Amino acid sequence: MNPAVGFQQVTKRFGPVQVLHGVSFAFEPGRVYGVLGENGAGKSTLMKILAGYEAASEGSVEIGGQAVSFRGPRDAEAEGIVMIHQEFNLADDLTIAQNIFLGHELTRHGFLDEREMARRAEAAMRSVGLTCSPGRRVRDLIVAEKQLVEIAKALSRNARVLVMDEPTATLTPSETDRLFGLIAQLRDRGATVLYISHKLDEVERITDEVLVMRDGRLVAQRLTGSVTRHQMASLMVGRELSDLFPPRQPVPDGAQVLLRVRDLQVPGWAQDVSFDVRAGEILGFAGLVGAGRTELFEGLLGLRPASCPAVEIAGRPWTRRSPRSAARLGLTYLSEDRKGRGLHLRMGLAENLTLMALEQYAQPWLAPAAESAALKQASEAFGIRAADGVPASALSGGNQQKLALARVLQPQPQVVVLDEPTRGVDVGAKRDIYFLIRRLADEGRAVVIVSSELLELIGLCHRVIVMRQGRLAAELPQDQLTEELLIAHATGTH
Amino acid sequence: MQLEPTKTLSAEPVSPAITRRWAGLRGGGPLAGLILVCVLGAMLNENFASLDNVMNVLTRTAFIGIIAVGMCFVIISGGIDLSVGSMAALIAGTMILLMNAAAGAGWAPLAAILAGMACAVAMGAIFGLAHGLLITKGRIEPFIVTLGTLGIFRAYLTYFSNGGAITLDGSLNSAYGPVYYGSWLGVPVPVWVFIVVALLGGLILNRTAYGRYVQAIGSNEQVARYAAVEVDRVKVLTYMLLGICVGIATVLYVPRLGSASPATGLLWELEAIAAVIVGGTALKGGAGSITGTVIGAVLLSVISNILNLTSIISVYLNAAVQGFVIIAVAFFQRGRK
Repeated sequence: MNPAVGFQQVTKRFGPVQVLHGVSFAFEPGRVYGVLGENGAGKSTLMKILAGYEAASEGSVEIGGQAVSFRGPRDAEAEGIVMIHQEFNLADDLTIAQNIFLGHELTRHGFLDEREMARRAEAAMRSVGLTCSPGRRVRDLIVAEKQLVEIAKALSRNARVLVMDEPTATLTPSETDRLFGLIAQLRDRGATVLYISHKLDEVERITDEVLVMRDGRLVAQRLTGSVTRHQMASLMVGRELSDLFPPRQPVPDGAQVLLRVRDLQVPGWAQDVSFDVRAGEILGFAGLVGAGRTELFEGLLGLRPASCPAVEIAGRPWTRRSPRSAARLGLTYLSEDRKGRGLHLRMGLAENLTLMALEQYAQPWLAPAAESAALKQASEAFGIRAADGVPASALSGGNQQKLALARVLQPQPQVVVLDEPTRGVDVGAKRDIYFLIRRLADEGRAVVIVSSELLELIGLCHRVIVMRQGRLAAELPQDQLTEELLIAHATGTH
Repeated sequence: MQLEPTKTLSAEPVSPAITRRWAGLRGGGPLAGLILVCVLGAMLNENFASLDNVMNVLTRTAFIGIIAVGMCFVIISGGIDLSVGSMAALIAGTMILLMNAAAGAGWAPLAAILAGMACAVAMGAIFGLAHGLLITKGRIEPFIVTLGTLGIFRAYLTYFSNGGAITLDGSLNSAYGPVYYGSWLGVPVPVWVFIVVALLGGLILNRTAYGRYVQAIGSNEQVARYAAVEVDRVKVLTYMLLGICVGIATVLYVPRLGSASPATGLLWELEAIAAVIVGGTALKGGAGSITGTVIGAVLLSVISNILNLTSIISVYLNAAVQGFVIIAVAFFQRGRK
C-alpha cells in the first residue's frame, strides 16, 4: 500500500505577493482528485511544489507523514511523483523512446541499450494507445500524440502520484475516453491521480473527490457525487454564477454577407470549403482535432499554402491573401495557440495591444501616451487585470486571452475569426469572453468561432459547420444543435 | 468600439519587481562600464582626458558606431550580418575606382566625389537587399547567407585590387579630405554624422511603427506574422538599413587613408556586433537600444585607445580584448530570459 502524500501548511510567496496561504491536505492512495480553481487560484503553484518544480516558502510536502524536501523534479520523480504539463516537456528532435527515457537512459556495458528502451517504450505506448513506432521523431507527431507520449513517459517512471494539468485540452473524445480508462486503471493499482481541469463534465466523470482552491486557499473538499457542476463552478468563483451564455439575438433578415468563401483548398488539410457569414451572425466550426479547422483559416489568411478562387470581405474581393491585407479589408484572426502565435509574451501590454493597428498610433511618430490610453480603455472594456509595466508573460491565462482578443479587435474588423477563444481560461473569464463575443455580433460584425468545446458552440452560435477530414460534413442551424448530433457528424457516425 | 466594463472575477498576482530590476540594470550597465573604463583611462594616462584625444576616440568610433546602429536593427529583428567588414572593403574599393574613373574622364573633383558617395550608399542598400531577399524569400539562415557574402565581398575586392591596394587619385585627395579631417564647431565631421545616424536610428526604432515591427519580429516572428505584420518586408528593410549604414561609414572612412586593400574593414563585424551586444541588446533579438549600442561602440574604442596610450596590454591584442569583453557581457546577460 502506498503511503499518503500531502501538504503541511504550505505557503508560497513570489516577492511580496503571497500565492499560497498555508495549504494542508493529504491525498489517499487509490483515488482520483479533481483540483478546481480559477486561473490564479494557486493550483498550478501547489502542484509544482508537489512535483518539485518550485520550493515552498514555508511548510512542506509530506510522504507518509514525513516531511520531504525536493531539490528538483528529479527528486520528486524518485518518490514516484510525476507531473504532466500543459505545455509539453518533450525534445522535438528526439524519438519517442529517447524522450521516454530522457535522463533515465538504460545502459548495458556502458553503452545505451537501445533495444531494451525501444521495447519498454513500446509497452508504455501501447498502454496509452499509441500504436506508432517508438523510433518516430516527436516533431512529426500531432499534438494529441505528444500528449500521449507525455503520459507514457510518466507511466514508465512508475508514478504513484500523477499530476495531470488539463490533459484533454488537445484530445479527441475517443482519446479522452482512453485516457480516462487509463486513469481508472492507475487508480485501481493504488496510484493517486490529481486531475486539474476547467472542464467540469470531465471532472464529474473521472474524479472521486474535488478540491476547490480560491485565492491561494483550499476552500472546499467534496465527494464528486455530492456536488453538481453548477455548484462546483460557484465554489470556484465564490459566488452564485449567473448564466454562462448571454441571450441570443436572431440574425436580421437580409443582413449583408460580410465573408464569402468559395472552393477553398488547403493541400493536405481542407478541400472544397465554401461558406458565408453575415453581419450579426455567429458561425461555429466544430470537428475533431485534426479535422482541418485551424488549418482552413490559416490557409484562408495566407499563413499556409492554399488556393481560393473567390473570397470576398464585405463585398470586396480579397486577392493577395495575407494577414495584413485581411486586416486592411476588415478581417482579423485570433490563433488557438496563444503563446506561440497569439501574444508577444516578452513585450509589454500596450505594445501587444496596438501591434495590429499601429498605423492609428503612428502619425508619423508613435505616441506612448495614446498607446497607454488605449491599454487603459481596453483593460476596462475587456476586464484585463494587470499591474503597470509588466510583460504579457506575467498575466494569467484568462487575462492573456482577453488581451489577445483586444488585440485582434483593435483594427476595428468587420469579420473576426476566433480560434478556441476560451482555451485554458477559467469559468469567470469564459463568461466575460462569451458576453464580449455576443456584443461583437450585436454591433453588426460577423463572428466565426472555431472551438472544441461543444457546449460553447451550442450556447453561442446561430449556425455550426461540422468539419470531418478536411471537408464540410454538415451545417446545423441553431435549433438542431445538440452534443450528440455534433459528435455524430464530427466522427462520421451519423 | 465601446464596451461596458465587465466585472473581473479573478485576481491574479503578478510580480513586476523582478522584470523592472533587470530592465534598470540593462539600461545602466553599459553606461556604468563606460564611466568605469574612462576613469581608469584618466588615471593611467594624463593625455586620455584631453579634448584632442576624446575627439580622436569619437572619430574612430564613428565608423563602427554607424555600422552598429544598423546592426542593432538586424540583431533586434533576430538576424545577424557577418559580412559588414568585407562589404565596407568592397564598397570602398569600388567607390575609389569609380571616383578615379570619373576624375580621369574630366569630371570636377566635387562631382566625382558625390558620385562616389551615392555609389557607396546605393551599393550598401543593394547588398542589404540581396541579403534580405536570400534570407526571407530564399529561406536561408542569416548566419549562412552573410558568412557566404563575407567571403565573396572580400574576394572581389582582392581581385579588383590585384591583391594590393586601390588608391584614390591624388587630384581628389584634397577635395575629399575634409570629410574625414574637417570639423564643425570643434567637432569632427564623422562624429556629426555618427550623431545624426544614431538619433535617426533611435527615432526609427522607438517612435515608428516600423521600429515596433522590428522588435515584434525579434520577440516572436510567428506571433508577428499572425498579427498582420509584413515580416519579410520588415526584415529585408533591416538588412537594407544596415547596408546603407555600411555605405555611410565607408564614405567617411575612404578619405582617411585614401585607399582600399584586402585588409580594409577587417574584423569590423566583430566590433559592430560586439558594440550591439555590449550595449545590452540580446543576440536572440526582441529588445535592444540604440543608446546602448552607441555606448557599447564608444566603450570598445575607449578600450582600444587605452591600449594605444598605455603599455599594459599590447595593442596587438586589441581584438582579443574585444573578444573577451563580448564573452564576459554575454556571460552576465545569461540569466535574463
